[in-house]
Amino acid sequence: MNKQMTASEVVAQLEDGMTVGIGGWGPRRKPMALVREILRSGLKDLTIVSYGGADVGMLCAAGKVKKVVFAFVSLDFIPLEPYFRQARQSGSIEVMEIDEGMMLLGLRAASWGIPFIPTEVGLGTDVITQNPDIKVIDSPYDDKEWVAMPALKLDASLIHADKADVRGVCQIAGPDHYMDDWFARAAAKTFVSCDELVESEYFHDPAQARMVHWERSMTTGVVPIAGGAHPTSCSPLYGFDVAHFKAYAASAKGEGGFNDYIQQYLGASEQEYQSNVGGLDAICAIELPTY
Amino acid sequence: MTAAAEYTLAELCIVAASKSFADEGEVLGTGIGVVPRLAASLAMKTTNPDLMMTDSEAWMLSEPNPIGSRAADFVPSTESWMGFSRIFDNVWSRKRHAMLGPTQIDKFGQSNTSALGGSYDKPKTMMLGARGFPGNSISHPNSFFIPGHNTRVFKEGECDFVSSVGYNPARLPKGHSLDDIDIRLVITNLCVMDFGGPDHQIQLVSLHPGVTAEEVQQNTGYPVHIPAEVPTTEAPTQEQLDIIMALDPHNQRAHQILDNPPGNRS
Repeated sequence: MNKQMTASEVVAQLEDGMTVGIGGWGPRRKPMALVREILRSGLKDLTIVSYGGADVGMLCAAGKVKKVVFAFVSLDFIPLEPYFRQARQSGSIEVMEIDEGMMLLGLRAASWGIPFIPTEVGLGTDVITQNPDIKVIDSPYDDKEWVAMPALKLDASLIHADKADVRGVCQIAGPDHYMDDWFARAAAKTFVSCDELVESEYFHDPAQARMVHWERSMTTGVVPIAGGAHPTSCSPLYGFDVAHFKAYAASAKGEGGFNDYIQQYLGASEQEYQSNVGGLDAICAIELPTY
Repeated sequence: MTAAAEYTLAELCIVAASKSFADEGEVLGTGIGVVPRLAASLAMKTTNPDLMMTDSEAWMLSEPNPIGSRAADFVPSTESWMGFSRIFDNVWSRKRHAMLGPTQIDKFGQSNTSALGGSYDKPKTMMLGARGFPGNSISHPNSFFIPGHNTRVFKEGECDFVSSVGYNPARLPKGHSLDDIDIRLVITNLCVMDFGGPDHQIQLVSLHPGVTAEEVQQNTGYPVHIPAEVPTTEAPTQEQLDIIMALDPHNQRAHQILDNPPGNRS
């Protein structure tokens, strides 16, 4: 089955009001080209589930978001995401603020088709008091109370991988695939942008196949976009763009705000975007971060 | 070992904080931020060679990595994969001790990383979010590092948002006891504290050289238990300073406490 499609074909499959999971972590390996295609679209009222970075900030700034399900939204070296901050401080979005591990459990519950997973995580904290929809329940097996972390069912997930074939076999060769396998499983449809489209034979080498973290039946569409994670990193191919993130954060303090950022960089297509940020060669030359 | 003649306050804090990890045995030591990471790394190099550590990305190391850019031929001593999803398996197995720097810590030891002021729907200042604090605090021991000890951090009343559980009877989950909660050391630019006072009250463990108990109390928004005898925080030895220097060759520790003061302010 050939699952290759374009970014605009992905966005055409999304609808107003959908719950959309976004893979990656903070400033790392985010499907930013797909996020940019949403910015160019008329989509609105989305619920975003993400280990958030500029993906969440940009979608909030562009008025695409009704609700964010998050444990953090951060650019790491710029700890506070500027536009998420504005959205929270102006009270313009609803939130479900949970622990990082609770998000993982919610994705697992959705993946496995069960309504919740019991956990201690969240007990005694404001992630429970501020989320009346998250129930605390008695156990049939002991005298303790437990958080019933509800399934985080996703209408769609957006993920960026290093390599993929047209059948949806996706490889993440960087050191961490984060929770992307669970985002792929928890969603009704999973769309994966990739830096490189490869022939299926590429995976005949077990060392390459070992870096495939979910089976292809979980992948709905594959969108080849070299440099598609920019300005986030796609280890081992390129790091995150520190200068670009600084300009992005600075735009939030300017009078024109996100509109200035959009005007300067977004463009009508990914090709235009890449030329606005210095071209694909420049993206691929960005050094990997040292932790 | 004799104390070094000169050392910075950051180095004093690193050595004091490393004691958190000394008796933990074979657990994952997670230090978020330069001072906590150096504290865990120092413990692994000296008092607790069994400590486990990651490269802050996705690999477990048998030797801590120096902080910052490293020589092109540097080879990390990787021993296993440890991506973020596996970190939660570790957290929930309780084999971990984390040291973190929240924005607020209240009298119960509850901490806040999420938002300040205003209302929850419209906070005055949005910060990071709850991150992994709820899970850390109910699953394994935690310590805190606070580079600027003042009444905004150690605030009167409860935290604006409770990210991590503390010794608060009103929030104690059914079937749990306050003794299930395990907050260890609180290291600040003024002193070392813990929650070992009467009824889990915060108490002074040691004062940094030149700091008085009155200063600590003035900068804390709730009563600090002050034992009859409060020792001075132990000065680093030259051996410890040499290890810290090797672990932080770019001297990032000099930028962690305002104006990088000397360790001895008497």
